[in-house]
Formats: sequence, C-alpha cells, structure tokens
Amino acid sequence: MLREIVDDHHVVSAAESKRPFECDGLPVYRQMPGLVVMPSSTEEVRQVMRLCHQRKVPVVVRGAGTGLSGGALPHPDGVLLSLTRLAKILEIDPGAGLARVQPGVTNLAIGEACAPHGLFYAPDPSSQIACTIGGNVAENAGGVHCLKYGLTVHNVLQLTVVTVDGEIVTVGCDGMASFGPDLVALMTGSEGMLGVVTEVTVRLLPQPPHCQVVLASFDELEHAGDAVTAVIAEGIVPAGFEMMDSHAIRAAEDYVGAGYDTDAAALLLCELDGTEEEVRYGIEQVTAVFRRHSARSMRVSQDEAERLLFWKGRKSAFPAVGRISPDYYCMDGTIPRRMLSRVLTDISRLSGEYGLRVANVFHAGDGNMHPLILFDQSVPGELQKAEAFGAEILRLCVAAGGCITGEHGVGVEKLEQMLDQFSDAELAQLNAIKDALDPGALLNPGKGVPTLKRCQEYRSV
Amino acid sequence: MNAPAELLEQVRAAVAKQRPLCVIGGNSKKHIGREQAGDPVDMSSWAGVVDYQPEELVITVRAGTTVSGLQKVLAEENQVLASEPPEFGGKATVGGTLACNLSGPSRPWQGSIRDHVLGVRIINGNAEHLRFGGEVMKNVAGYDVSRLMAGAMGTLGILTEVTLKVAPRPEATVTVRRPVGASEALRAMNDLCRTPLPVSGACWHDGDMYVRLAGPASAVAAAANRIDGSSLPDDRELWSGLREMSLPFFADAGDLWCVSLRSTRDHFMPDANWLFDWRGARRWLAAGGDRDTLDRHVQEAGGELWHVRGAKNGAEVFPGRSEAYRTMLLRLKQALDPDGIFNPGRLYSWM
Repeated sequence: MLREIVDDHHVVSAAESKRPFECDGLPVYRQMPGLVVMPSSTEEVRQVMRLCHQRKVPVVVRGAGTGLSGGALPHPDGVLLSLTRLAKILEIDPGAGLARVQPGVTNLAIGEACAPHGLFYAPDPSSQIACTIGGNVAENAGGVHCLKYGLTVHNVLQLTVVTVDGEIVTVGCDGMASFGPDLVALMTGSEGMLGVVTEVTVRLLPQPPHCQVVLASFDELEHAGDAVTAVIAEGIVPAGFEMMDSHAIRAAEDYVGAGYDTDAAALLLCELDGTEEEVRYGIEQVTAVFRRHSARSMRVSQDEAERLLFWKGRKSAFPAVGRISPDYYCMDGTIPRRMLSRVLTDISRLSGEYGLRVANVFHAGDGNMHPLILFDQSVPGELQKAEAFGAEILRLCVAAGGCITGEHGVGVEKLEQMLDQFSDAELAQLNAIKDALDPGALLNPGKGVPTLKRCQEYRSV
Repeated sequence: MNAPAELLEQVRAAVAKQRPLCVIGGNSKKHIGREQAGDPVDMSSWAGVVDYQPEELVITVRAGTTVSGLQKVLAEENQVLASEPPEFGGKATVGGTLACNLSGPSRPWQGSIRDHVLGVRIINGNAEHLRFGGEVMKNVAGYDVSRLMAGAMGTLGILTEVTLKVAPRPEATVTVRRPVGASEALRAMNDLCRTPLPVSGACWHDGDMYVRLAGPASAVAAAANRIDGSSLPDDRELWSGLREMSLPFFADAGDLWCVSLRSTRDHFMPDANWLFDWRGARRWLAAGGDRDTLDRHVQEAGGELWHVRGAKNGAEVFPGRSEAYRTMLLRLKQALDPDGIFNPGRLYSWM
C-alpha cells in the first residue's frame, strides 16, 4: 500500500538499509524502525499519514537525525517518516524578508540561498551544516545568535502541517500577525508529536555590516559569570555571548589553536554586530565591563579572519572535548544568568562526588548551559553514572529557577526530568493537548511528555 | 481582591452551573473581537509585580497589572516592554494584551508580546492553576502553552501571571519623514528594511512616510543621515497615536479593517482611506471599501482580515478558517476548556 503512494526505492524494509536510521544524535538510544518511508511531497505525506491513521501505525518523523535527545528514535512497529527529500527552497522574497522552504532543507542552505540578497536566517544551531529546518521547528532550535535574534519560534511566520489523519492545515501568516491562538508556537518545539510540518516560512534579516568579537579570559569562573550578568544589565544586547571553562579552553586550544589563554579558569566570547557606530559603542561598553570584572586578558578581533579564529575554538569545542575523553554526555539545562556562578560551583562539586570530569561550554548570554560529562562507555556502569550525574545537574537547574532543556528537547532522554519541572496536573494538561491533536497517540509515541502511567511509576520510585 | 483561590472557586461554580464566563481585565479592549455573554471575571484587582530582575531583563507580573504601570516600573531601570502595546488610557492590562496579542509600531523589529512571553500561569477549565514556560530565555520542555495563549482572546483559560522578557530602553530615537504616494511608500519601506539600519518603525499615511530609528545616539544620527527626508522635531505624538489607535485616521465612526499580509504585496483599492504600519505588513482601512472587493484582494494576497469596527451584530470579525483548522482549534479548546465556559463566541461564533 505504501509503495503505491511513495515509489519503491523510498520505502525501505531491508535491515541493512534501515540501519542508518536506528538512532539520532544521541546514539545511546537505538531502535530499528519497522519501515523507513521517504515521501517527496506534501501530498505524499498526506496519503502516508492517512494510511497509517487508518491502520493505526505509529509514525516517527525525522529530518537529518542530528537531534540530541532521542526525539527521532524509531518505533519498532512503526513508520519512520524521513523528510530529507522534501528539500526545495520554494521562494525567497528579499523585500519582505522571508523564505518559504520545505522541511528537509538544511539550516545552512537557507543561509546560503539568502546571502546574495544581503540577508541571513538567524537561528544557528551548532549542527547547522546538517540539521534541517523541519527538525529546527520540531525542536525549537536555538544556537549562538538567539540571544539577540531569538529562537526558531521567533523566526517562523507560517507552517503547513499535515495532521495525524492526513488533513492539511496552514497556520500562521506571512504577514507579521495571525489572528487567533498562536498555533505556530504550539507546533514549534512540539517534537513531531502534534503534526507533520511540510512547509516552513521563515523570517530573514539584513546581514549586519559590522561584526566584532571581544575575547576575554578570567582567573575565576565567578568573575566571568558576573561579567556576563553585568554586560546584559548594562543594556547591551550582544549577537552572541559564550563561555568556556578551563577543561573546554584547553581541549579547544589543543585542537584548533585559536590563541586562547590556557591558564585561565574561564573564557568569554562576546560578539557585537550592527552598523559601525553601534558596534564601536558596544565594544567600548563591553570592554569596560570586563575590565571592571578583573579580566586577565582581553582581545578585540581586528578583522574577519581573527573573528573567525576566535570563534573556531568555541565552535569546535564539542569535538575537541571528544578527543580528551572516549565519550561525553551533553546536558542542556537553562538557568537565570545570575545563578551561573552558583550552579557552576555545584556542578564542580558533583563532578568530584561522581568522579567524572565536566567540561562547560555554553550560551552564557541566555543562561543555556551545556555541561559535557566525560565518561567511558567501555567501563561497566559509567554510562549509568553519567546519566545519574546529568539528571542531578538538571535538578540543580530547575531548583535555580531554570528548566531541564533550553534547546535540545525532551525526546526520550528527559521524560523523567519532566516530573521535576511540571506537576501532575500540568503534565495532564500537556497530555490533553497531545490527545486533542493525536487521539490515537500515533505521532512520535512515548516522547516529549510522560504519560500519566509513566508519571505514576516514576513518582513511586 | 480577586485572588487565584477565588478565581478557581468562580470557575468551579461556572462549570457546575454550566454558565459561561467573560474574562475582563481593564475592559479597555471590549471593542476587539465579538460581543459575548457571560458572568464577568474581574482580573483588574489581581495586579502587581511578582518578581523583577532588571539585570536578567525579566519581569513577572500578575495578569491584571496595567501596561502603563508595567512600563513605569521598567522605566525606573531604563528598560521597556519593547513590543509597545497600546495602553488605552492606562486601562489595558498585561493579561488582556497577551490574550489579544496586540503590538505597537516596533513589532517587525522588536517582536510582539507573544515573542517576549517566557512563561504564564493559567486557570484551565478544570479549575486547575497551572504554570507553563518559566523565567529563562530558552525553555523547550513541554508544548508552548504560554504562546498558545497569545491571540486566544481568553478562550483557552484565564491568565493569572505573565513572565516577560524586557529590553533596554534605546538611548535615542529619530523619525524621518518623506512625502510619497502609497505604492512608492511600500517599495521604499521594504527597501529600507533590507538594509541593516536600526529601524524601529515604518508607517505611511496621507502622502507621508515615516521611518523611526532607535539605538545609541551616535548610531541613530548616522543612520538618519543615510535616509532621504526631513527629521521630525517631535515624533512622540505620531508613534503613540499609532500605537493607541488615537490618530485622527482612527476617529471616524464607520467601518475599520485591519489587513495582515506580506509587506511586499501590491497596494490595492487605491481610492480607499489607508494607513500602513509595520513597513506595510499591517494595513488599516477606514471606510470607503466594498467588502467583497476587500475579501478578494486579501485572499489573493494570502493575508488575514480583521473587521475591527462596524461588524453587524453576530457576524464574524476574525478571518474565515478552513474546516481542518477549525477542527484543530475546537479540539484544543476542548482540551483546555472542556465545558466551553471561557469567553465563548468572543473569537469566533463557533468556538
């Protein structure tokens, strides 16, 4: 039946061909899908959904599979719906500052297509070379630049959604405002559990003509943390504001030689963009704040090559950490900025207790932490220890007034931590929303929001 | 004071009696949406700042807090609610503003209140007081119930508390005026917005286009020099009049329409009385238009039409929706308000 909808080559049942789909960017969770189906149009998606709905077959939607929470983990008896063939840029309207694209287009491809018009697409998750805009919508992806330019939800105007029973609904408006409840926001970040997005209209912004980055190092993590808070309090909105701790600094410097101060306890990268006057003003303010917070060294990028070099260390921090440890586990909690120093100190204490090293690389400007727990999967019990440590970090984040995930999503990974953040009544409300749009629980079942039954099991432990 | 405990009691009683409720903040937006019946729920006394962390750029207020009161608190720290929502004579509340998702002239550059909401507390139709979102900039745990409330006109629950991201107040603003016709204004506004200038407003009415720049004084002055036109000595009345819908354009008693559409769509019905805001993405039409012609143009442009003023009793005022869209909305309504007691008919006759 499926082969009557999607051509033969794109319905995959052989084990060796399904293997690449068994996990996403969090490979500790693996599951072979029942079938992999790769439709090439909204109409094919609609027919596949209609058929699966009639037959009560679970459907897991997948983009590039770069997600970090197991959100695209297949269902053993279900269809894995891969949308990478829906990869056309349908329209760019430079005057209105928008692009209409299919979900399988990569984040980077949008940027490349609009660059000749002097425009850019702001959200830039670190997987942007590979990740698709459909996946970005599903996870409400962030990135380095969301401090100034917002998350995916702030940069999407309109979505075409195929419902679980195969209806096509357009939500949002390619003007600025759509009347009625904000269904674009509901769909964004819903982890493929409320519908299948088959078309996305994104907002494009003028490329800033000037861009400079301040690289500063500090003797104390606390000084760096306080400097972050002080810059924001000063009324500066940096385009990006990143922090690295000593483990991450040394790993990155060994790997790419970005010229980082390897004796420092913390390093800050603060990028300013805009007109020449705006950037000059910002740089003056930021360097003054850093000086007041005892920066031990400070450099301002003098040209584009130097700016990219400063960033190179940060951007390659994850693979760099990968070189100093057999495995690492990336966390994604978010906290109020003023809690940075305190939470970092607590993480460092826990690191001693668990006997596992932690490298911290994160979006300091918006309080989104990415502690990387270093472990060795070949040592029995170490993965479990890393997971327990991670769960404890997330509880710290919630206790500090933050949340369990800033941009990676809940997926299968953080189902249990949802109970730290939400009450049973709140989870019941979220489940009621799921039930409203997917009454048979066919879309990405077992992800995102723990079912009532699972809640009871967890809470009784 | 109408505290959550009393509100919960009122919701429980309404469910028991199957009587609809009409949620009212400052009663300043009675004219927005359809007329509705229901026992009033007074939110105006549930007001005040719950928590304000200026260095975090985050504030949490009770839903009945007025927008003007909020802006005053923020001004003390040299901060603003950047979406510039209307204050409607000091009566508009934060809850009502989020429920209607109303934004001022800065919306295309600074975002709407929907973009700035970080978290909410709501009372749902099961008389439960729930919290969604939070106080941090990034939070993707669970569905985005906070933003779902934006534009829902109170039909999905009672907002009791709202956490907002606020912004530093721009050091300086300058407005440049250029005399130009409607079609040329649309082109000029869109061209300007393709350039990386610190624009924070672009509107046109009655032969004049106005572009507002905001940011550091040096940057604003430099940018103003790059735009053709003359600087306004005082621009406050223009932008506040636009924000509050109090310019003479809005004063007529007749029909008023608001079209939301892609800013590059051609000007249509040139003989009618238009005002363009949001660089042409929001176009107000006062009188002079024929409904069928207007509908046709909006549909061709892929826009949405709101009949702001002058709708006949019982008529729809918000855009028509496909059956699949209506099904989706009704099912969500059912999930949050199973007995249909919150603001029935306010948004649509069928919801």
